[in-house]
Amino acid sequence: MMPELGKYAVEVLSSYGVSLALLGGLGALSVVRAGRVRRQLAALEQRIRGNG
Amino acid sequence: MASLWEYANPRKFITTSNRVLPWVGALALTSLSIGLVWGFFFTPEDYRQGASVKIIYLHVPAALMAINAWLMMLVGSLIWLVRRHHVSALAARAAAPVGAVMTVIALVTGALWGQPIWGTWWVWDPRLTSFLILFLFYLGYMALWSAVEDGDTAADLTSVLCLVGSVFALLSRYAVLFWNQGLHQGASLSLDKEENVADVFYLPLLVCIAGFVLLFVALVLLRTQTEIRARRMRALLARERMG
Repeated sequence: MMPELGKYAVEVLSSYGVSLALLGGLGALSVVRAGRVRRQLAALEQRIRGNG
Repeated sequence: MASLWEYANPRKFITTSNRVLPWVGALALTSLSIGLVWGFFFTPEDYRQGASVKIIYLHVPAALMAINAWLMMLVGSLIWLVRRHHVSALAARAAAPVGAVMTVIALVTGALWGQPIWGTWWVWDPRLTSFLILFLFYLGYMALWSAVEDGDTAADLTSVLCLVGSVFALLSRYAVLFWNQGLHQGASLSLDKEENVADVFYLPLLVCIAGFVLLFVALVLLRTQTEIRARRMRALLARERMG
């Protein structure tokens, strides 16, 4: 299944490895931060409402 | 049809983007998967560049998005400067890390591709150099947002920086034409049949480009929502402190 990359195997595989890691990392960080900020804001709004 | 300016309302922006975000995200992952698998596994070697041509499916879409992300930030910055809509400034802020990552991918894959084909990782070619400067502008833009405490002042300053950096965003696109020198080739995608890449590479490349565009849109929508919520949180905390 793996294509024959010949003498370019290192360059091609490194390109895919680095790019997918960077895109995956960026996506994961964005999702995690989105969830954290959403929860923090919800907690803050609830606290403010509670304080009247 | 609703006016575009309705989306300058943070609440409206979040409601609408919540509706489209799952679809855009799913489409992005689908098209990226199809494009990359197609390009990596099911395309032939190039007669001159061998299997190294498979790097095109990452390098070209990432380079396109690196430039276009900055142009999107330019539009957001101009809207902020002219109409003072916070969502536009926050969208520009949200796009910067995405554009920076695209620039890094373009630079790294370009170096990895250049080494076996040109015999060097790097050369001070007009396009490569302007791309590196664009990356430095991305870093400066993000640093400036973080360094200035007042949100509106930060938006003003970063908008001006974005205007200046747009010169390098355009240069990195057209440097080959302006200077007509250097190692980097002209456009890989062209309406000119002679210049355009062969169809067997072109079609999976188009799918990858669509995937990168959709991924950019999904990430910017998500990150803009986060910036809007973070801004509201800062405002609520400030109000609470005052009274």
